[in-house]
Amino acid sequence: MAANPDIEFPLNNTRMTTPSERELVITRTFRAPPRLVFEAWTQAEFVKRWWVPKSCGGELTECRADVQVGGTFRYVMRVAGNEFGFSGKYIEIHRPAKLVYTQVFDPYPDSPVLITVTFEEHEGKTRLRSHELYPSKEALDATIASGMESGMREIMDQIDELVAALPAH
Amino acid sequence: MRNISSMFETFAALAEPHRFRIVELLRSGPRSVSDIGAQLHLNQPQASKHLKVLKEAGLVDMQPKAQQRLYELRAQPLRELHEWLERYRQLWDERFDAMDELLEELQQKEKPRGRKSRH
Repeated sequence: MAANPDIEFPLNNTRMTTPSERELVITRTFRAPPRLVFEAWTQAEFVKRWWVPKSCGGELTECRADVQVGGTFRYVMRVAGNEFGFSGKYIEIHRPAKLVYTQVFDPYPDSPVLITVTFEEHEGKTRLRSHELYPSKEALDATIASGMESGMREIMDQIDELVAALPAH
Repeated sequence: MRNISSMFETFAALAEPHRFRIVELLRSGPRSVSDIGAQLHLNQPQASKHLKVLKEAGLVDMQPKAQQRLYELRAQPLRELHEWLERYRQLWDERFDAMDELLEELQQKEKPRGRKSRH
């Protein structure tokens, strides 16, 4: 964890760290109070506006969220003919400060990810932290590999060094 | 982006310490099997076995030269791996940029007159 919140929660940029081989943390500051950021994060009508990255050229084919404890959500994105579906269940809801839910990526039904999102108010802005806990190192690797991140940190660090030393071309 | 299975192949190839050391060694330039074996204290069959895996993962290329087979590093798979983590961060960065826009819009809507400064 960075000691300086301005570095840990950047504005107009996104920070990502892998505190362990089963965890992934995404942080960012938003210029809006937690009340609004919480709604933007959870309400289906708002999720539709941001969840599919524009650059991937995909579309949202399903988006529903029943935001209450025990309620479920399902988002499906179609990219280049492939569907990527995510479902889950809300476990804890402390509006607008904290949200805990599970998330399952369709190809890995036995690997639910536990996601804890915190919305911390700071001078009218929101410091958002999304903490993803995977059931195993392999689950993180697999999910990440489907267009995402790698949990193989040790080797990643070594590769960082190798890449830094490669001739640029 | 190359397909996912090839990414895993690259990772699996590098996850073995001897193979990682071979890759490190090849950074300095192409080398023969016997040279690699001597440097890393591997016998020739062991060195050949590891080089075969690295070659299949696309991490090294083999060039015959005179009586020798020279192995050289292919940088591209390593770069792709390096970019892998960055890709997920960018996915979220892009989502959050869109969320910034949405939030600005939501805040505008909340102000009854819509023109009053917040400060």
